[in-house]
Order: sequence, then C-alpha cells, then structure tokens
Amino acid sequence: MTDNLNITAKPRSKIKDVWDQFKSHKGALLGAIIFFSIVLLVMVGPFIWPFDANQIDIRSRNQGPSLLHPFGTDQLGRDTLARMMAGGRTSIAVGLAAMALSLFFGSFIGVTAGFYKRLDGVLMRFTDLFLSLPLLPLLLVMMLLFREPLSEAYGPERGMFVLIVVSIGITSWMPTARIVRADVLALKEREFVLAAKASGTSDTLIILRHIMPNVLSPIMVSATLGIANGIITESALSFLGLGFPPDFPTWGRLLNDAVDYLQQFPERVFWPGLAISLTVLSINYLGDGLRDALDPRMRKR
Amino acid sequence: MLTYIARRLLISIPTLIFISLVIFLLLNLAPNDPMAQVPLTVPPEVKQKMREALGLGQPLYVQFLKWLIQLFWIEPQVFIDYMFNTSFSEGKLRVISWQTRSPVMDIIVQRMPQTLWVVGMSYVVGILIAIPIGIYSAYKQYSVFDQVGTFVTMIGYSVPPFFTGVFVIVIFSVQLGWLPSIYDTTHTVVDWETFKIQLKQMVMPVMVLALQTTAMINRFMRATMLDNLNQDYVRTARAKGLSEWTVVMIHVLRNSMIPVITVIALNVPAIFGGAIITEQVFKVNGIGQQLIGAIYANDLPTVQTITFMFAVLIVLFNLLADIIYGILDPRIRYD
Repeated sequence: MTDNLNITAKPRSKIKDVWDQFKSHKGALLGAIIFFSIVLLVMVGPFIWPFDANQIDIRSRNQGPSLLHPFGTDQLGRDTLARMMAGGRTSIAVGLAAMALSLFFGSFIGVTAGFYKRLDGVLMRFTDLFLSLPLLPLLLVMMLLFREPLSEAYGPERGMFVLIVVSIGITSWMPTARIVRADVLALKEREFVLAAKASGTSDTLIILRHIMPNVLSPIMVSATLGIANGIITESALSFLGLGFPPDFPTWGRLLNDAVDYLQQFPERVFWPGLAISLTVLSINYLGDGLRDALDPRMRKR
Repeated sequence: MLTYIARRLLISIPTLIFISLVIFLLLNLAPNDPMAQVPLTVPPEVKQKMREALGLGQPLYVQFLKWLIQLFWIEPQVFIDYMFNTSFSEGKLRVISWQTRSPVMDIIVQRMPQTLWVVGMSYVVGILIAIPIGIYSAYKQYSVFDQVGTFVTMIGYSVPPFFTGVFVIVIFSVQLGWLPSIYDTTHTVVDWETFKIQLKQMVMPVMVLALQTTAMINRFMRATMLDNLNQDYVRTARAKGLSEWTVVMIHVLRNSMIPVITVIALNVPAIFGGAIITEQVFKVNGIGQQLIGAIYANDLPTVQTITFMFAVLIVLFNLLADIIYGILDPRIRYD
C-alpha cells in the first residue's frame, strides 16, 4: 500500500517545479499578470471599443479625459484610448516577431558553434564582429535606406513592419548565440549525448532531441529580454521619426506626436510612455523570475 | 603582458576594416540616389559632372579604398597640421559633407564637446551613484534598502530615455518652470550667475542619461559583490578578526571591482548611442543630433563617418576593457 502511494506521489514534472519556483517570486508573478493583461487588452480591446484608431472627428479635438474618451482625444479628434490599443498591437507584434527572429538566428548560430568544433572559431569571431557594430546608428541608417523600396514592395505599413522586425532581429541575436554556445559546449561532453552518439544517432537528431530541450531555459530567458528589447528599439525608432508612417500608431509614434504638443497638453506624453515602460518593466520582471525558476540550483527543495 | 596587448591590438584591425566595409556597403548598395534632390531642370551632363565630383560612378572598391584613405590617411594629417602648424594635408581631398559642403570632420570637432560634456558628466554621475548603492544593497541583501534599490534599478533599466526625458521636461519645465527644456550650447560660463544657468540646463539631460548608467552598473555591482561575499576568503578574513569595514570595503570590494571596471569601459559606447536619443529630446546640438540631421538630409558621407566613429569607439573601449581586465586579473593574461 505504501509502495503504491510512493509511486503515484513521486514523479514531479519539471513544469510543476518551475511553476512552483516562479510563483514564489512575487515580482515575476505580478509582471506576468500585467504583461498578459496588456497583451489581452490590446488584442481584444479594439473589437470592443466603439472608436476606431484612425477615425477623425475634428469637432471633438483636443479634449481632456471624459467618459466618452477616457484618455481624451488628439489634435484631429481621434480617440487616444483606441490609438493606444492599436499602437500597442503594433509595438507588441514587432517585439514578438523581432524576438522570434533573433532567437532563431541566435540559437542556430549558438548550437552550430557549440556542436561543431570546426565552425566554432569562425562563428564566434563573426558574433564578436557583430557585437562591435554600432547598432543604433546602423538601425537608423537601415531605416533610411530600405524604407522606400520595402514600402513599395509590401505597402507602407507591412513594408515598415518587415523592415523593423528584420533589422532588430539581425542586430540582437548575439547575446543569445553566446549563451547557447556556452551551454551546448558543456552539454556535448555529457554522458547522454555520448551515448546517443555511440548508438549511431545522427547529428541532427542529437541536436533536436538531446541538445535543444536542454538549452531551452537560457533561450526562454533571452526570449523575454528580446521582446523588451524589440519594443524599446521600435519605440526609439518611431520616436526619432524613422519608424512607421505618421498615420499608423505605435507607442513610440504616439509619444513622438505628443512631444509636439508638450506645452499645451503635457498629459498626452504620459499614456504612451507609461504603456512602453510598464510593458518593458513587467517583461523584465517576468524574465528575472523565469531565470530563477528555470535554474535548478535556485530551486528550493 | 605586452604580447597580450599586442595580440588584442592586432585583432582590432580586421574588426575595424570589417565594420567600415559593412557600413560602406550598406550605404552604397542601398537603392537610393544622392542626386534625387537636384531639380529636373538641371541637364543630364551637368548631373553627370556633379556625380563625378561627389566621387560616384566609380567601381565600388575604388570608392571604398578612397574613403578608407581619406579617413585613415588624410584626416590624421589634417589633425597633425592643426596641432603643429605643418602642411601635410594641403590640397588633399577630405571627406566632404553633401549637406554643408565643408569637411565632415570639422563639423564633428565642433559638435563633439557638447556630446562629451553631457555624456561624460552623466556617466561619471551614474557611476558615483551606482557603486555605493550596489555595495550596500549586496551587503544588506533582501533588506528594505535592497528591495527599493533593485526596484529603482529595474525602472531605470526598463524606462527608455525618450520617456524619462520627456517626463522630466513635463514636470520641471512645463509644470514647475524650474529648468529650461532646451540645452543652450552657446551659453558660456563667466561668473557665478552663468554657472548656475549652465548647471540648471545640464541637470535634466545628465540625470536622464545617468539613470540608465546607474541601473546597469548598480545591477552588476550588486551581483558581483554577492558572489564575492560568499567566498571562503571572506570567512577567513572575518575569522582573522578584521573589522567589517576592512573585510567589505577592502577585500571584497577590490575583487568585485575587476568585472565592474570592465563593464564600465564596455558600456561607454552604448551610452553614446543613448545620447543620440537624449540629445534629440533636449535639443543638444551634439554629434547624435548631427547624425539624425544627416540621415534626414540623405548626407551619406556624414552618416558614414559618424557611424564609423561610433564603431571606433566600441572597438577602442573593448580593447581598453580587455587590457584593464588583463592588468587587474593575472589569470586572464595567460589564457
């Protein structure tokens, strides 16, 4: 009877362990809740909210907060709350897509460099070279140069989206590659990988089945930081006026527009700025908690 | 040690060449025409002449080599001429801005002091705030002070400078009217009154940039202090009966400073990048604003040169960080 109980009680899944540790980090839990609420709000909000982000109502321009427009309206009478939600959609979408792209490059280069000794030197020098590029100036230059051809090819909004995501993706994969490579180097010498090799498993299968699941935790932590980085970079570009076209709201763009009316309506800079800061802050807390939770040494038994 | 430095120096040369190649190719392969702004009434043969005057129309590698020679050979000569009143560079073609038709380097030299003044000051202020807070937070881990410090650090880490900058302008310039929102670079300090004005206009840009520096270095300082505080040698020092001050401020701090100093050196270029945005917010006419202006005006030589200078800064400070690390930590040298 006792044996039976032990058998049913013993196996604790890794996911449950991680969740238990994650829960104990109050900041991380709060960060996760806030981040997912913001995502939910910007995804579902525009369907519920009666105003459209680009609906111009010149007669009710420059209004303060009211019941009809909780965040007020802008100089063309567009509802700020609707614009905030539309802007958040774009900003978060850019953050997620850029993160996915940079994770793909980063893990690919990291795993390849760690696994194949011949390629290690070349790939790591390549990573170092990328790390010594001046990223913000280069991003600005890329925006300047490729904006028009891409706008013509894919339309102004989608072209800009592709451009921003790709340029953030190819300028932010380096830290991920380094971390993943270090982990793969250590894993490669472990017995289970040697055993797989000895039993004739192909390299691709070893990487997919044995290496990748084990480097998932640093990749997930990089993922959270990658979203934050993507959102901040996109906002910075939009703030400098080199991001999305003017009639297409993103949080950075809204902030940039609000700066022009700083003297008359100083409260306008508050909402987009708060949205960017709150999102990034919650993601960073989420990342912190995730790092602690995924690190078995941190887990209290 | 010398071979170590020499090896590091040798590595940075191909790095610099690679970076200049990337910048050059990015700018020159992109589909855009510097003559696009010229009115259509200008006849095509005149346009062709203008094109040649700008050095266009030649094969790419010739353009690249010319640019390299201008940057690495002629510009240093100009600098030497300026320093020692010689005339090496007379009649030689320098990198010319398409916007102002004057040498790019001259404009950079004019713009540099403002950037250096604001950026340098903010970096020093940030470090001076971050280090004591980091030490104390680590020493009293999980105390209220530590919790608050970590939270403020997290905010500094997450809130982008284009929001903190605008936010402090709203509070201190628009609402309270205490500080000017625009940085006036023509202002000169001659007496106490003008010094006060200078101080007032510097507070906001410096503090906005310093918040980021503080956040980054404080995080790092706390982490390395925590690593070191749990080491065996700390227990030994305490067991010997050394005072707590000596243990923490001499033994632990000295060991913790090694990685922190490297991080300080490594982040100098990043803070210059941050200055691009801060300069835009406070209208400081520094090098970052020049870059943005040149980008809007399609002034490729200026964009190329400034971007390359940022790259030089990065390589230089990476080198410096490596060397400092080598000097401070003998284990690194023999790697």
